[in-house]
Amino acid sequence: MITDVLHVIGAFFVVVGALFCVIGGIGVIRLPDFYSRCHGSGITDSAGAGALLLGLMFFAPPLVAFKLLALVAFLWVSSTVSTHSLAKAAYSQGVRIENVPRKDWTIAPPPPPAAEDAVLADAASAADPEEPA
Amino acid sequence: METAITVVLFVLLLATAIILGRQRNLFAASMLTGIFSLVSAGLFTVMEAVDVAFTEAAVGAGISTVLMLATLSLTEDVEAREKKISWPALAVVVLTGGALIYGTLDMPNFGDPHAVVHGEIARYYIDRSWDEIGLPNMVTSILASYRGSDTFGELGVVFVAGTSVLLLLGGRRSELPASGESPGHERPSSRPPGKRHAHVREMPVVRTVAKVMLPYIVLFAFYVQAHGDFGPGGGFQAGVILATAFILFGLVFGPQELVRHVPPERLERIMAVGLMIYGGVGVVAMLLGGQFLAYGVFTPSHPSHGHHYGIFMVELGVGITVSAVMIIIYATFATRRPSLAPQVVLDAEDRCETEVSADDVPLVPEERALRSGADLLAEGAAGTDAASEVPS
Repeated sequence: MITDVLHVIGAFFVVVGALFCVIGGIGVIRLPDFYSRCHGSGITDSAGAGALLLGLMFFAPPLVAFKLLALVAFLWVSSTVSTHSLAKAAYSQGVRIENVPRKDWTIAPPPPPAAEDAVLADAASAADPEEPA
Repeated sequence: METAITVVLFVLLLATAIILGRQRNLFAASMLTGIFSLVSAGLFTVMEAVDVAFTEAAVGAGISTVLMLATLSLTEDVEAREKKISWPALAVVVLTGGALIYGTLDMPNFGDPHAVVHGEIARYYIDRSWDEIGLPNMVTSILASYRGSDTFGELGVVFVAGTSVLLLLGGRRSELPASGESPGHERPSSRPPGKRHAHVREMPVVRTVAKVMLPYIVLFAFYVQAHGDFGPGGGFQAGVILATAFILFGLVFGPQELVRHVPPERLERIMAVGLMIYGGVGVVAMLLGGQFLAYGVFTPSHPSHGHHYGIFMVELGVGITVSAVMIIIYATFATRRPSLAPQVVLDAEDRCETEVSADDVPLVPEERALRSGADLLAEGAAGTDAASEVPS
């Protein structure tokens, strides 16, 4: 009985995940510019794959379920960050935004990182002696 | 159902291969090779060859894509269009392709139950490996014990690959800028705003997440290394995953930082240490009166324990060498940027200058190869000198 309920819940999540994958795929093909397509692929990555894995958790024995949970956590962090960095890289390259001409970009591309570099280098060299290499 | 999945995956594989062949944009092409590997990994999983799938996913889809991107950062990302067909090249390609296709005629058909591998030898492994070696994951028994010499050869190939990259591109890092003032980072500011490369250092999100993830990636690598006896995993996969952690560090914090923390001079030695651990285990087995890589002699009273120790050591050697080679290949390509990139990549808009600098470029690798060759001969002194130079 309990397992039946679990399987129904799992199947629900699997179907939702598959739907998100399809929606994300359509988005990647149909959306007009790079940034919105990023959104499409992001949906596939986080919502689609995430829901699929969550659904599979209900079918798996506890250890495997835990592994799947770890996988979901990893995926939600890594895929969102990769989408973020893709979009940011595209923005500072000046990739076109649909319906927004360049002169209307409100946020200027970030300044050169010279000052921050120095800080980072200092921090790194301060931490250096502890490095076992 | 399984057949349907296999068919779909094969169609995807074929489609990827065709698009890959027609692609002139090298950036897209290297992404497509990653996709190709990922689809093959899926195919291997359907065939229940999980170890192979794991390796393919980690090596093919993961690290080799990154290495190719690191290479692309040194060159232009669009393939030069050849005007005329080079007939000798075409002849060589056709001959090689023909020979390979002729070679496949001798191979058993896909899934043929009468193929040699499915005959006596497979039955032997299935029947005996539990009694003789006693590892739940038979693949590891075969890979590291029954077929230990093959794996030794594979590790040798990996080692040779790393050495070749070092000989061709390595040189000594004395021309590297002192740490902190890496010239690669000044380049973006010289470009007009909105037309410059994004810099990872400007991305606090990426930096933070990388910092959080790195220890877990390393932990996972050790898990895979140790878990190879019981499930999919082992030295090759673990080595690649460990290298991925270092390469992620290099990508986010800059290759100079990576080289500062992990000096390639040290990696060169670590690379050899792994191979020597592997070979050393075999030699010790011989000294104890057994055959090369026959681990049973380590514990004569209980041979399967000896196999466990031997396989553990051998996998450790594999992991060490593979990770060192991968990091060193990445570091070699990525730290090369300052000398080549300013001429070739940055002024790519200006065709004239690119051509001029293209004349100068071939001199540099040769010079470096000669120098690094000489340095390898006089390894000890030069190596320690360079090592002490880097952190200063």
